Amino acid sequence: MNKDKFITGNINPNRRFRKIIGGCVYILFLLSTCVGIIGLGLLIFDVLKEGIPWINWQFLTDFPSRDPKEAGLLSALFGTIWLMFLTALFTVPIGVGAAIYLEEYAPKNLLTRVIEINVSNLAGVPSIVYGLLGMGIFVYRFGSDEMFLDRVLIAGALTLSLLVLPIVILASRESIRAVPDSYRQGAYAMGADKWQVIKGAVLPSAFSGILTGTILAMSRAIGEAAPVIAITALVYITYIPAHPFERFTVLPIQIFNWVARPQDDFRSLAAAGIIVLLVILLTMNAIAVFLRNKYQTRSEE
Amino acid sequence: MDGAIDDAPHEIPPKETITEVSGLMDPKKKLWVKLEGSIVRWLFMSCALVSILTTVGILIILLYQGYGFFKEINLWEFLTGTRWTPILKPRSYGVLPLVSGTLIVTVIAASVALPVGLMTAIFLSEYAADRVRRVIKPILEILAGIPTVVYGYFALTFVTPLLQNVLDDLLIFNALSAGLVMGIMIIPMVSSLSEDAMISVPRNLREAAYALGATRYEVSLRVVVPAALSGIIASFIIALSRAIGETMLVTIAAGATPKMTLNPLESVQTMTAFIAQTSMGEQAVGSFEYNTIFAVGLLLFCMTLLMNLLGFWIVRRFREAY
Repeated sequence: MNKDKFITGNINPNRRFRKIIGGCVYILFLLSTCVGIIGLGLLIFDVLKEGIPWINWQFLTDFPSRDPKEAGLLSALFGTIWLMFLTALFTVPIGVGAAIYLEEYAPKNLLTRVIEINVSNLAGVPSIVYGLLGMGIFVYRFGSDEMFLDRVLIAGALTLSLLVLPIVILASRESIRAVPDSYRQGAYAMGADKWQVIKGAVLPSAFSGILTGTILAMSRAIGEAAPVIAITALVYITYIPAHPFERFTVLPIQIFNWVARPQDDFRSLAAAGIIVLLVILLTMNAIAVFLRNKYQTRSEE
Repeated sequence: MDGAIDDAPHEIPPKETITEVSGLMDPKKKLWVKLEGSIVRWLFMSCALVSILTTVGILIILLYQGYGFFKEINLWEFLTGTRWTPILKPRSYGVLPLVSGTLIVTVIAASVALPVGLMTAIFLSEYAADRVRRVIKPILEILAGIPTVVYGYFALTFVTPLLQNVLDDLLIFNALSAGLVMGIMIIPMVSSLSEDAMISVPRNLREAAYALGATRYEVSLRVVVPAALSGIIASFIIALSRAIGETMLVTIAAGATPKMTLNPLESVQTMTAFIAQTSMGEQAVGSFEYNTIFAVGLLLFCMTLLMNLLGFWIVRRFREAY
């Protein structure tokens, strides 16, 4: 009796009935899959409907204003470009360096294990916590009321660098790991030492993967508002930052600023800002996908 | 391939041959090459240590500023108090209203994302043809790449008005639409991690079940899902921890009213929204308000850290090895 039950479980012996159930479940799965797609569709539709009429040259080339008809996102756009440039400057060498260490040099010991666990844990830390970190050690001198770097570009870039570092490390590690060992052995056979092997054989063939990972990490950084808002506070910037020690604003914060106002016109401005942001993100992702496809086929030869 | 090969090439062929072939081992350069090698080694190691320093920095800053807070407010009072009024007098620092705000949004998000994400994963891994999967997966990736301010905008200007047609009591800022939209936002996390787990279930388990006369959905639900359960649960936990830490969406759409309530139609304030909304102002450092956001940050950090560790642990502890 018990054994029978084990074999058949509570499966209905009527196969036709089970087929019908299967069909219903299939429809359920299909509908679930559509939920995400429909959500994305509605979101894009809503943003386009509200924002398209507001996108014009003046919107792209004006500074923020109290009058929605004269408001633009020039300062936010340049703030974003500045911030991305500086973030990439800090995070790429450190991220790639860490990845090279972990893949090529690191001995199998406790320290390596700790670093690895630590990197994957850092990827799960909420971004606002990085904002607190940046505020506590970059904006202000640690534990005092004095300004250290102040609420400037460089403080924001350092904070974002720490935020995307785990992503760059993980992506770089993966592309370094994908370099066939025969490349390394070939280089060693030519008499190269370890660093020459890495410099001459590993990095060139891992380059495209690292680049792709970096672009994806940057596109994450571009959309981040929470940590940056803790660094900049809510500011009203009507100039293009000229150097890294000036105060700034970025696209997501400008969008947030507009969404937070009750007037409908500002909400539409926010939608227009979102379109600009999404276009930048899509472009970056398209470049990443293009690079991935272009080089993936080549390395399989 | 470490070690042995690394050291060997220096001795094997005569010097002249090598300089001729590659120029790599020119005796004058040899010292410099060795030096350069050991310099970069240390450089790379210090890069790797930056990640450790980040964690240490987060812990130190949270604990240090949090200490300034807990010197004046009893930890127990903080964790069990039911009134959060850090700006209004009489001041009160019970964090539970923020925690309940976070939980209510997270629960709503989970009730959307967990079932939908799991079923999406089953569909993609067990039902969809390769062609279909290649279309749907990038769409879900786009969903995962959209900045969270955009979701906040969507919740506030689209979902809330839509729901207000049906629910008369719904406030402009409310936990319900923030939670629903957050649910959509974390679907891709659940679905992609769960799908990875399901795809790695070996084919012969499925084929054995088919051979016994099982239908496709029976194979999916009784063979594949149980076999991939650890990965699926881990994806749930990691997605939830993401929901708890999500900031801009709730800052925009859920409101700024710290309230002990389980009513999703009301405006609430989450832990993350409190941190963001308070740090937006330019308060003096060292002021008690400044310490307060770090105390809440510390609690948030601990909660998400515990969940992430639990997720990793489940994956490793219960992974079925085939």
